[in-house]
Amino acid sequence: MNHTPFSSIAWVMGASFFGSFGALFLKIGAGKLQRSLASVLTNWRLLLGIAFYLFSSVLFVLGVRKGELSVLYPMVSLGSVWTLFWSRLILGEPLTRAKIVALSMILCGMTLIGLGARKPLPAASEQHRTTSARY
Amino acid sequence: MSTTEQAQQRRSFILVVCCTLIGAAAQILIKKGADALGENPTMVQTAMAMLLTPALFAGYSMYGVSTVLLVLALRHGQLSLLYPVFAMTYVWVTILSVFVLHETMNPYKLAGIVTIVGGIAVLGRGQPST
Repeated sequence: MNHTPFSSIAWVMGASFFGSFGALFLKIGAGKLQRSLASVLTNWRLLLGIAFYLFSSVLFVLGVRKGELSVLYPMVSLGSVWTLFWSRLILGEPLTRAKIVALSMILCGMTLIGLGARKPLPAASEQHRTTSARY
Repeated sequence: MSTTEQAQQRRSFILVVCCTLIGAAAQILIKKGADALGENPTMVQTAMAMLLTPALFAGYSMYGVSTVLLVLALRHGQLSLLYPVFAMTYVWVTILSVFVLHETMNPYKLAGIVTIVGGIAVLGRGQPST
């Protein structure tokens, strides 16, 4: 009934990509924070992080507009895979075995969800085709 | 673990459970609001709708509340214990998708959710504890 188009999945994956930059800049900005409102408002890294999050949420809304939430929401978990990459590449945090296992499991899970997103009743449409061929 | 630490861990646990429930309900509202958007909205129109459509505005406000709860929980709780609980959001969203949005479930989606939740639980173990 409510087939999820690939474009919707792509929008949500794009949202997760920009959202991961939000997390990265919040993390960098938070490290330079002092206990005053001025230090929050003039912290461009923090503000850039928030801007990335806002942009990412616009992409997410555009993504969930068409298709099933049960397919699109799990795709958000790709964000933690991006975040793991930036933590390693930019923040220099170690990529432990646990993180690699987690990353692989998240990607496998997303693939399974993607397989589950295909047209709900392929068997029925197959049957329909053979039935119409017969007549 | 001392009694105060245990009490704090329990408090953090309850905060994260609330965070996941509010976060999942927020997703349903966001989906409802997004469904009501017109055909091919621009990014500016979408951003405006997030402020002006009640379902979208309420959804993102609840999302904000759930984020604050998570931050509060992470201040005192142990990350490796809270991450698996946080991943429950995926389970609630799936359940609500079926019962509120009347979406269909299939073995692939179920296996996918279980694997993702497992992955996020493992992710918590890969982080230094707070």
